[in-house]
Amino acid sequence: MKPDLLIVGAGPAGLAAAIEARARGLTILLLDENEAAGGRVWQAQQRRPAKDADDAFALATIDAFRASGAEVRFGATVWAIEAEATVYWSEAGQAHTASAGRVLLATGTTERPLPIPGWTLPGVMTVGAAQIALKTAGLVPTGATWIAGQGPLLLLYAVQALRAGGRIAGILDLSDPAARWTALRELPGALRTPSVLAKGLCWRREIARSGVPWLRADSLHAIGDGALKEIAFRTGGRDRHEPADLLLLHDGIVPSVQITRALGCEHAWDAAQRCWRPIADEWGATSLPHVLVAGDGAGVGGWQAAGISGRLAALGAAAALGRIDVATRDAAARPLRAARARALAVRPLLDTLYAPRPPALDDATIVCRCEEVSAARIREAVRLGCIGLNQLKAFTRCGMGPCQGRMCGTTAAEVVAQALGVPIARIEPYRLRFPTKPLTLGELAALDDGGGDWTE
Amino acid sequence: MSETFDVAVVGGGMVGGAIAYGCARSGARTVLLDGADASLRAARGNFGLVWSQGKGKDMPAYAVWTRTSLELWPAFAEAMGSAAGQEIGYRRVGGLAFCVGEQELAERRDEVQRLHNLDGGRGPPVRLLERRELEALLPGTPLGPQVTGASLAPDDGHVNPLLLLRGLHAGFLRAGGVHRPGVEVARIDAADSFAIDCGASVVRARKVVVAAGVGTPRLAAMLGIEVPVRPVRGQNMVTERLPPMLPLPASALRQTAEGVVQIGVTNEEGTWDPATTVVALARMAARAVTLLPPLARARIVRAWGALRPMTPDGYPAYAQSATHPGAFVAVCHSGVTLSAAHAGVLAKCVLAGRLSDEFSDMHPARFGRGDRVHAA
Amino acid sequence: MFTRPDSGSIFFHFDGKEIRAREGDSIAAALLAAGERVTRTTPVGRAPRGPFCMMGACFDCLAEVDGVAGVQTCLVPARAGMRVARQQGAPPDEFEAA
Repeated sequence: MKPDLLIVGAGPAGLAAAIEARARGLTILLLDENEAAGGRVWQAQQRRPAKDADDAFALATIDAFRASGAEVRFGATVWAIEAEATVYWSEAGQAHTASAGRVLLATGTTERPLPIPGWTLPGVMTVGAAQIALKTAGLVPTGATWIAGQGPLLLLYAVQALRAGGRIAGILDLSDPAARWTALRELPGALRTPSVLAKGLCWRREIARSGVPWLRADSLHAIGDGALKEIAFRTGGRDRHEPADLLLLHDGIVPSVQITRALGCEHAWDAAQRCWRPIADEWGATSLPHVLVAGDGAGVGGWQAAGISGRLAALGAAAALGRIDVATRDAAARPLRAARARALAVRPLLDTLYAPRPPALDDATIVCRCEEVSAARIREAVRLGCIGLNQLKAFTRCGMGPCQGRMCGTTAAEVVAQALGVPIARIEPYRLRFPTKPLTLGELAALDDGGGDWTE
Repeated sequence: MSETFDVAVVGGGMVGGAIAYGCARSGARTVLLDGADASLRAARGNFGLVWSQGKGKDMPAYAVWTRTSLELWPAFAEAMGSAAGQEIGYRRVGGLAFCVGEQELAERRDEVQRLHNLDGGRGPPVRLLERRELEALLPGTPLGPQVTGASLAPDDGHVNPLLLLRGLHAGFLRAGGVHRPGVEVARIDAADSFAIDCGASVVRARKVVVAAGVGTPRLAAMLGIEVPVRPVRGQNMVTERLPPMLPLPASALRQTAEGVVQIGVTNEEGTWDPATTVVALARMAARAVTLLPPLARARIVRAWGALRPMTPDGYPAYAQSATHPGAFVAVCHSGVTLSAAHAGVLAKCVLAGRLSDEFSDMHPARFGRGDRVHAA
Repeated sequence: MFTRPDSGSIFFHFDGKEIRAREGDSIAAALLAAGERVTRTTPVGRAPRGPFCMMGACFDCLAEVDGVAGVQTCLVPARAGMRVARQQGAPPDEFEAA
């Protein structure tokens, strides 16, 4: 089977793209590594009753996808993509491959790491992790649970956890205290997306009413012997220690660029969100002709904008493959563009309010969790002449672990940039190659056809 | 920068790094001009073998040069360990080249007979081990049923190539060397000294060594030396950490001190793209699983490609310029094995201003392009 | 830590203990529900680690599952009778021939 469009990711962007593409007559294959549709934002949505309009929209989208006639494979982990859109993936330890007219990456985001001393202790997790645990397993925090960081997801999770009967000992706001004031100038623009603003304010109020302490803090440490026992932080000019067995960290989300990097797509530095994103036009076309991107993975914009960008990518692909003419494409795109602009209007406010702050790492803080490389070792490598992450990898093993730099790339670049006194956008990121997810040698070997003769 | 260095080395990989280290250690004021973080670097793609087996079949001088380096390696490894702050994992445990099937075994047997004489008589010869002997040598190794034997070079071994590179750079700095990373050399002009145009600045040196891997021909031509070099891609991959199963390195399969199994390797012409390809990874995986079947359950965590700087006959090219005295070129694709000799013998030749006779056969004039320039 | 009203009726083994899981739980989620935060010790420094991102990106939640080491427990659904073991340093010594 050679689908017209192979979509990776069944979140808001991927699902919307599939539905739109099917409506335009394209054949679709959608791959997602989870067991069901929804991606991260709508994870396990189908297992819960709809409690508001957003939930209803999610379920309606998933239903529309099911009815669209798109072929879908769940539990499918993509590990390589080659020229002319040949995609390799694993299902239950078996390698599969398909070629498509175009491939659309809608793989979303990962959380920006928030490295603090002791963050590798068991009991320290991300807010995103706790949300996954809540959505998929009904786990609510209890006892000595602290949340620390900044960003919309932190607020949302706190509200969700409290509503589900969870208990939170306190929330540490690690945002820049001046950010509130600088963000005010973005308020007029943000009023075009009043629903998001209103939600944010409601969440803050709900948390305040719950009695959960909300403290502006810095210098957060996680402390324990073998597992998290307490946290230390500075607030209101005082040092405090609090018992903790669960610490949830969050500092925003960044596009997941593993696949676009391994493909060799061009990326641009997003100064506002302090992250790399693949360069793409409004149809999601990257610097490689057969590769499209949509959703938060192309640039964080929220789930509404993600769905719209998925539809635009589908329209672009349909026109590129000759299924619709350019006039049809453009006519369909016009209202979508306007909707996307409205959905994105709140971003400058959010980006300023929750502006990521360059981390100030203690020497002993671990940057690369997989290989246990500390900030001190990175600084030493810079003194040895490392000016980018690839030489850094060679000198320290930072980034050589199984996560392939997902957890450490942003931080390592910050540390190198600070040590060199140069803007972080000048630091060459990790050079990534396929496979972008681990697979066994047996699985790989099964793909060998025995022909050709050019290995030792 | 108005200083005129004694030596400028262009290229901070295995070859350039070793030469620069050797020069700085001998007291020469040395500058190492190193490329960008993302530049094509064979040094980062290295397999890590310190290897004599199969080398110099058609060029005895190269076999001898390889042996020279091997003899220098133990002391060199210690110096590198002290510079890097940790031992660099050099294990002279012997090196294997596996045979799969009866035909490979027969061909290897013939080859071993021929190689016997090429060694220069300086070390123990390569031995062919039949299956039973191989099993006795590797009692804990789960050899696949199709493995019929292997050729063994007793003095061969392996090292952590990244720690070696780190040791070279650290040792270079400690010896007073000046490292300039992120440099793209546009031109080299010669007047009283060499003026190396690095874009934002000009670096001056009395001697210059071009050791820029696949980037060597362009710069060498400016110094009156013709040396054809083309890229030949090699793909590698590594597994997660595994329990010990292979105590000796093999030519395309070795287990590091950390337990990671490294698997190689391709020889691909005609590409400048150090990417990986599924077809190559699958082929290497199939061979690895044939050699050690339990590897079928091991996961690959990373793969990469690197471009070997390859001369027309595959042997190194060393030259000093006849038209630009004090200019040298050094390029090879066995930078790890030869690093001891590069840091020792070659660096001394550079400082003395003259390549010794052992380099004559490895002069690029053998490729018959342009002027016939012989070592003075 | 974490809690939930219904801990489920699927049982699997973890280092000699019986762990309860619900339909749809990942192994990691069920372990967290049972108060188990440590799934392995690291190969480099023998440091204890456990689930961190819960989405397959961090590779910290690795454990041995039914004899296979290095399994990302946040991506694998818990099944009745599974034998999960904490992974020490490198994967354990029994590396069965294929």
